[in-house]
Amino acid sequence: MTWSQLLLVGVLAVPAIGALVTAVLPELPGRRAAAGFALATLMLVGLLGLTRGTGWSGYGLPAVVPWAEYRVSWVPALNLDFHLGVDGLSYPLVALTALLTLLCCGYTVRHVPGGGGSGRTLAALLLTLEVGILGTFLAFDLVLFFLFFEVVLLPMYAVIAGWGGAQRQAAARKFVLYTLLGSVLLLLGVFTVVAAAGTADLMALAGGLGLSRTTQYAAFALFAAAFAVKAPLWPLHTWLPDAHTEAPTVGSVILAGVLLKMGTYGLIRIGVGVAPAGAAWAAPTLGVLAAAAIVVGALLCLRQTEVKRLIAYSSVGHMGFVLLGIATLTVTGLQAALIGNIAHGVITGLLFFLAGAIKDRTGTGDLDALGGLRETAPRLAGLFGFAALASLGLPGLAGFWGEAFAVVAAVEHGGALWTTLAVVAAIGGALTAAYFLRLLRRLTHGPARAELSQPWVGGVEWVAWSPLLALALAVGLMPALVLAATGDPLAALTGAAR
Amino acid sequence: MTITAIFGTMLPAAPLLLGLVGLLLRPGDGGRRRRRAAATLGVAGAAVSLAVTVFWLAIIDYPGDPAEGSLRWVRLGDLDITLTFSAGAAALYVAFAVSAVALAVQVYSIAYLHDDPRYAPYAAQVSLFTGAMLLVVTSGDLIMLLVGWEVMGACSYLLIGHDRRLPDAPAAAVKAFVVTRVGDVGFLLGIALLGVHAGTFRIAEVLTHDYGTGTLTAALLLILAGVAGKSAQFPLHTWLPDAMAGPTPISALIHAATMVAAGVYVVFPLFPLFAAAPAALAVLGVMAAVTLLLGALAATAQDDLKRVLAWSTVSQIGYMTGALAVGSPAAALFHLLTHAAFKALLFLAAGAVIHAVGNNYLSRMGGLRTHMPVTFWSFVIGLAALAGLPPLAGFWSKENVLVAAAHATEGGGPAPAWVGWVVWMAALAGVAITAWYATRLLLRAFFGAERPYGPEGPDWEVGFDDARYQRPVTLHDPPGAMRWPILALAVPTAVLGLAAYLPGFRSALELESPHLDVAIVLPLVLLALGAWAAWWLWHTAPGADPVTALGRVRPVLAHAFYLDAAQDRLVVRPLRALAAAVRLVDERVVDGTVEGAGATTSRLGAVTAAAHRAALPRAAVAVFAGALVLSVLAVAYGVAS
Repeated sequence: MTWSQLLLVGVLAVPAIGALVTAVLPELPGRRAAAGFALATLMLVGLLGLTRGTGWSGYGLPAVVPWAEYRVSWVPALNLDFHLGVDGLSYPLVALTALLTLLCCGYTVRHVPGGGGSGRTLAALLLTLEVGILGTFLAFDLVLFFLFFEVVLLPMYAVIAGWGGAQRQAAARKFVLYTLLGSVLLLLGVFTVVAAAGTADLMALAGGLGLSRTTQYAAFALFAAAFAVKAPLWPLHTWLPDAHTEAPTVGSVILAGVLLKMGTYGLIRIGVGVAPAGAAWAAPTLGVLAAAAIVVGALLCLRQTEVKRLIAYSSVGHMGFVLLGIATLTVTGLQAALIGNIAHGVITGLLFFLAGAIKDRTGTGDLDALGGLRETAPRLAGLFGFAALASLGLPGLAGFWGEAFAVVAAVEHGGALWTTLAVVAAIGGALTAAYFLRLLRRLTHGPARAELSQPWVGGVEWVAWSPLLALALAVGLMPALVLAATGDPLAALTGAAR
Repeated sequence: MTITAIFGTMLPAAPLLLGLVGLLLRPGDGGRRRRRAAATLGVAGAAVSLAVTVFWLAIIDYPGDPAEGSLRWVRLGDLDITLTFSAGAAALYVAFAVSAVALAVQVYSIAYLHDDPRYAPYAAQVSLFTGAMLLVVTSGDLIMLLVGWEVMGACSYLLIGHDRRLPDAPAAAVKAFVVTRVGDVGFLLGIALLGVHAGTFRIAEVLTHDYGTGTLTAALLLILAGVAGKSAQFPLHTWLPDAMAGPTPISALIHAATMVAAGVYVVFPLFPLFAAAPAALAVLGVMAAVTLLLGALAATAQDDLKRVLAWSTVSQIGYMTGALAVGSPAAALFHLLTHAAFKALLFLAAGAVIHAVGNNYLSRMGGLRTHMPVTFWSFVIGLAALAGLPPLAGFWSKENVLVAAAHATEGGGPAPAWVGWVVWMAALAGVAITAWYATRLLLRAFFGAERPYGPEGPDWEVGFDDARYQRPVTLHDPPGAMRWPILALAVPTAVLGLAAYLPGFRSALELESPHLDVAIVLPLVLLALGAWAAWWLWHTAPGADPVTALGRVRPVLAHAFYLDAAQDRLVVRPLRALAAAVRLVDERVVDGTVEGAGATTSRLGAVTAAAHRAALPRAAVAVFAGALVLSVLAVAYGVAS
């Protein structure tokens, strides 16, 4: 095993071991250990990034070549290899996952949400989630991808059902059943492809090699539906607001920050990668739905009266931009989708942290009962304002690139349909500004209504939030942080789609 | 990176960085030290920019290529996005105006907001605002320009909503950002069209790219939507008067140096493209003429001092866009510079009046001349420059616009001749109306009988009141920190127009030399007519508002032709209703289907379960019956095969 292979396995093994250790330790040491393991994972991920060297690019090759790779045969009868790899496409998401998990575990050391469960169990579940999410991003085998995709489901169910709000049982059940439906479609898609191609290796499958056109159409339809539930794409989104509203703060952060990205990442890696002909065939439909999601999501947000619910609905609009970028099937669009993914993870993670802090302090998330935060809690209001401006796509902050360049990519694609979609998406961008400003006006301006139990921002909160604040600015100013290594793998992917 | 590029970077970067640092200062009631830190950061940001601009203007040679420095920012697909700093001499003059006004505003604000607990974020946001505008001015890449453009929108939102005591302020702030953002829908699409076809967003390369006529016209019209939003042009002008809810120094900043100036400025570097698209210029010309008259007419009937000035800005920006439409970007830029001087002066002086009187209403002012001589004379100079009285700054630049429009009526320019006629006629009418409302303002506020000032006057808390200070016992001119910026701005208001005689300045703007021939007679006659009419009405009915002479037209003008209400009826309310409907559909239909599927499954399960719940005899019978059926089927199958 080389160093990079060791790192690849370690990135999955450390949080897995961490989850077990956390589960058996007593309460407070357990929570601290979880944060320690999450930190170790993040450091391993950092080292993994350093192994990129110069040989990372698959330049000129039709296939997707990861810069670090590990493969052992696992269940030959199922065509299942334990095949991990990392490339420019997945690395930013891997890093984001490790970072958000660390922040959530760190936050849990001090803040255990009410609802009955112990903080140690919550931290262990967070680490388990991390294993599943990282595995999904690192898997280079279709069946393995599916396995990891499923690993995420139950811990998330437990997080919502164990530590959530008043309606948590119903919300958790809806979440798990709805996404399970998506998983069934994914499973069908996976075995459609594996049966037809005789392999589940994503590198071998890249470009849809060996798959007939009809198989690709069927496979892409199944994949798209499955990932559309996860992303979520309108009109398959209704599990999201309930889950977010009821989930504890850390659950919402992980859910919005990285869980949704499994859908969009899957669509790029699996959907476009394995069934490019199918992707080209379904692209107009996907684009129309994405543009509809942007506008409908924004309109829905204009009429929400609960902070967390509003932010949850805003995810529908933001993921609409990401999906629009993917649907253009151009390198520009896919890069916009990738950076949109990261930006949404950072910013919405931050927004959920802040919304959770406000709800904890005032005991309510109702916009009618809140107001005047800039008088009573100026720091909190300032941070919320920053996050909201970032989320509405203010240039110079992270949210801008994904949204603006999804529109640019649609214009670049050309033709009446895509130009119309670009216009609709741009109008959706204006509506996004409208609902975020409405939110700020109700929340931070006007007379102060609710009493805050603690107006200042605590030390642990600063530790948990400041990396996200810094990233929202840094990615906005230096988009190359995310996009540096994405050009060539995406060119390989889209080269096959055309 | 060359030396110029490093300097170019410093120009916007200094206020932006200092602004970001300022935001990190702790908000809330701070001691004197924290206030001083915030003030130092704010003033330093503007001062550094000003110093860099002055230095640069001193070393630049005319006419030279613009100083440029470029490096790749990021590459998305086949599109290159660069960090390009490009500043020709004209851009530097605009940068000079921006940083000078920003400096004046920062100094002025120290006194104006002396007891505001949220001064620290305010000063930081002013710095960010200034930096964003300088970014627009010095940007050589459309995406970079968009960054500054939008950051300005966000800063205007934050600053207009600054005042916590005004119930209207948050709504006005939201309106300002959302209306400009609507225009920016077009702006983004226009930039995308230009960039996608050229394969790059660098302005220098965009200018040399050969676009098809259709693409070019479409892209430029889209960009004009953004210009209309930022520069408050019809029909996206509605946010500007409401933005008066912001503190008065912010009004000065928005009207003179940033925001509204940005819209006009952005056409300037792209003008070679506009010159190739007469249709876009025609639209711009009509928009300019409508805005010019609309703003001037609305200004005649306002009772709020700041609103008179706000509408006059709308109208004056109409002159600038009109100059652009008739193919004279030089005249537009010249008017932008003189307008920056006199409008900043007028707003800061208006702040002094409001500071002293305690409200914004002309109907509660009068006779201020003897109490506030400095403010009075500042107003005289500012209003005379606004009206275009020689030899003040506004005269020269407005003259330039009028000459350019008159030229365009002969055809042969980039714009059709009829656009020249439209702009020229509107501009001439505007001269008379401007003189009328400027005279009215001066007479109502500073002459005539004194009226009860301060809290004892009736209703002084209603509306756009941003004076939250202790009433002075007697009216007086403002304190030093407020007085000096006013006096400093009075100088360029008076003499900036004469810069048209400086060859360096002229070649930088590509301005024609001033020609004082018979053409100046007509506007001067109109000016005298307008001013005389206002004076005569005021004189014949002492104490009455000259605007009463308008009779039934007055409320129409006071409400600016009810366009605000129209916007509310036609856009805002339908959108709200649509959102409510969408929410209903989402909850009842989309989510209803999901919930319904779940409920139906549960119900089916319950029915099936109920069918399986049976007492022992019936269960036994069922089992045996099942066994019988199965064995019969098996036997039948065996026999058949």
